[in-house]
Amino acid sequence: MTSLLEQPGYDEEKLQMVAEQLLCREDQAGLLLSLMGQPQQYCYPSIFIYGHQASGKSHVMHVMLKELELPHAIISCVECVSSSLLFELVLFSFFGSEASSLLPRSPSLSDFVRIYRQQCLQAPATQTRYIVMEKAELLRDADANLLPALLRLQELDNVSVILLSEISWDKFRPNTGCFEPLLLHFPDYSKGDLHQILSQDSHPKYSDDFYSSYINILLGVFYTVCRDLRELRHLVRHTHTHTVKETDTHKLWRNIEPHLKKAMQTVYLREVSSVQWEQMQQMEEKEAGALRGLSAHTHVELPYYSKFLLVAAYLASYNPARTDRRFFLKHHGKIKKTNFLKKNEKTSNHLLGPKPFPLDRLLAIFYSVVDSRVAPTASIFSQISSLVTLQLLTQVSHDDQLDAPKYKCAVSLDFICAISRTVNFEIVKYLYDFL
Amino acid sequence: MSKRKVKDSHLPVGECITEVQSILRERLCCNLHPDKPEEIEAQHKHLLELLKRTVIHGESNSVLIVAPRGAGKTMLLKCVLRDLLQEKEAEKSLLQVHLNGLLQTDDRIALKEITRQLHLENVVGDKVFGSFAENLAFLLEALKKGDRSSSRPVLFILDEFDLFAHHKNQTLLYNLFDVAQSAQAPIAVVGLTCRLDVLELLEKRVKSRFSHRQIHLLSTLTFCQYVQRVQTQLSLPENFPDKKFGQEWNKSITTLCKDASVEEVLRRHFNTSKDFRSMHALLMLCLSRVSVSKPVLKPADVLEASKLRFADAKGNMLHGLSILELCLIIAMKHLNDVYEDEPFNLQMVHNEFKKFLQRKSNSMYNFEQPVIMKAFEHLQQLELIRPVDSSTAKIQKEYQLMRLMLNHSQIMEALQKYPQCPTDVKQWAKSAFA
Repeated sequence: MTSLLEQPGYDEEKLQMVAEQLLCREDQAGLLLSLMGQPQQYCYPSIFIYGHQASGKSHVMHVMLKELELPHAIISCVECVSSSLLFELVLFSFFGSEASSLLPRSPSLSDFVRIYRQQCLQAPATQTRYIVMEKAELLRDADANLLPALLRLQELDNVSVILLSEISWDKFRPNTGCFEPLLLHFPDYSKGDLHQILSQDSHPKYSDDFYSSYINILLGVFYTVCRDLRELRHLVRHTHTHTVKETDTHKLWRNIEPHLKKAMQTVYLREVSSVQWEQMQQMEEKEAGALRGLSAHTHVELPYYSKFLLVAAYLASYNPARTDRRFFLKHHGKIKKTNFLKKNEKTSNHLLGPKPFPLDRLLAIFYSVVDSRVAPTASIFSQISSLVTLQLLTQVSHDDQLDAPKYKCAVSLDFICAISRTVNFEIVKYLYDFL
Repeated sequence: MSKRKVKDSHLPVGECITEVQSILRERLCCNLHPDKPEEIEAQHKHLLELLKRTVIHGESNSVLIVAPRGAGKTMLLKCVLRDLLQEKEAEKSLLQVHLNGLLQTDDRIALKEITRQLHLENVVGDKVFGSFAENLAFLLEALKKGDRSSSRPVLFILDEFDLFAHHKNQTLLYNLFDVAQSAQAPIAVVGLTCRLDVLELLEKRVKSRFSHRQIHLLSTLTFCQYVQRVQTQLSLPENFPDKKFGQEWNKSITTLCKDASVEEVLRRHFNTSKDFRSMHALLMLCLSRVSVSKPVLKPADVLEASKLRFADAKGNMLHGLSILELCLIIAMKHLNDVYEDEPFNLQMVHNEFKKFLQRKSNSMYNFEQPVIMKAFEHLQQLELIRPVDSSTAKIQKEYQLMRLMLNHSQIMEALQKYPQCPTDVKQWAKSAFA
């Protein structure tokens, strides 16, 4: 393992330490280290490292720079909302608080470079300094001159900028081009790697073999959907409570499979917080009832008429206006069914999304679907606007258009089916797409 | 680290390698300037003459150096400056002001920087200027003191010249060119830019004050010269501490450059880009593979480095997607084929995916809509798909129209490389009806 991390100029013990911490990333760390060279040698002005989330980009940088005790500044672009924070951090980590206090209020790049130069005269770099920018894709939203300038920072002194991002460099390049960094790719962990890493944080309660077979099962279920190490860790942490009882691998699988399936619907989607999930688990153990996914969709309470309004809005959004006669008129004359069944539109409306509709049409449909007579009172209208506030409807036309506002229905089919079931209305019969 | 021993010229291999790395790294990374500019002697002479006239005869001049990135604009200028400063007169009197369009983003900052670089801070002192114009006028006054022969020549170097043209009213450029044209004080304005259309950016009043002198660096590099350049970049200087090692290294570099496979790699690079920087990046990657245990550059190193340089970033990213995400991309590909690159939304993609699943008897990919939505969002986050218009406010996520940012061949290639790709998915990718 250590043979890959070999570089003169560094302490062997420290390199060993680094190698131990960088599981399954030895190749990348080795390449990076050989590019960085010995501490006092120059490194390439800028290195751009890209790879998927949780492929160890930041981890490798953190471990290497910290363990090898190289002068460095690690900056997360999420934190640096303004460039002045960035400048301050860089100056602070290289030259201490005195230098960063020299920055004027709302400093420009020019100020930063000036102060950096001054400080370099006093304390020239004996070792390459590293500036690591995490989530570098956010730099594109910063001032247009920031990124090209950072890439050329080595003109000042022996300093290298390392950019970490999930997005390939092609999407960064400014219009007129800039200094091109060296591109390095961190590949995703393979299934074996993931297994090895996840097995590392084994629980002392279980034997290693058992834990590793548990990880195997978990990966089997989730690997097709998610390869993100961080997500998988999260899942491991929340599902391992079920493994307590079982020690036999085969039994374990039978026992845990439904729980994993359910975790896919809830934990993976982060629909519930960790605490809620735990509570739910405990509840279930008491009830031992059927497995239900805990989803936000099933828990919406609306007034009676609001439900019908929403149903009407859904119908208005997904049915063509000319079909309204067929659906809502009892004696719609001699319109042949086949005319309707012959679909002129090639693709169904459920693929294209909701269409806007005027208020009049919504109300007309509403009166015909609701089973009792309703007067068009202010309460009905206020329910429409509260549906808009709940973002179940969206208002398409401008707010200032008072006489004929247009809306769109913004709920999914599953949702509206659940709603209509509560008022005993079979919505599928009224949908043109499902004729 | 390196201890130069004058008498004993034999160093252990470790120190030799350290020395090699230091020398070559400095050359490749900091763009050290060659003693003599190659290929651009004419431009070098032209620029040198021009600046000499400013320095010695007090003539004012303005010139633009236009060339693509990495073609050697700065190198040319640095060489010229070095040669210029060998003149006694120049060394004594020439003042230089270096401005960069990336740093001095507006004229106020630029003016401050000029003041600083001309060491006029104490002259300006605590004076409070009412406006930008006053400040500038004062500085120019300070420059103008004395006549043509007695005042010191000032050289203004504007890097990334095109960015200065975006400043409000182009005040700085106007004033600099005005001073140069009206011969108030001997100044030379040298602009460096990579934009050929840079003159179009200038306002009429600025343009008319510019001398319209442009120096183009158009690379006429042939492949032989390119290889030659690679060789000189990698060669060690004569005064290398360990003579024997130095000679052996240089010999190995010569044989390396003659190797057929290396030549092929270099030709490929030459055909993609001739500029110095991309060459340096390649050589840097080669150099990083030299270590104590392997103290020579082998053709295999060059091949490896070139593989790194030519790696397809999108392909690499596709490699790390989950099967579900890959399936969605294949569905998008089919939609693109059928509807001739019309934008699509999540529902359509899901529908296409469902069609595939229905043909399968064992559906191991039965996922809920939200899981698919999450995968779709991940693709969007990776910018493999991009929304057609950015107004996301009023459209539901599943109906937001998207475009695929990959082409057919990239997807197929990625599928080939994908680890343990299920056969049915592969077949599906080949034809929508498999």
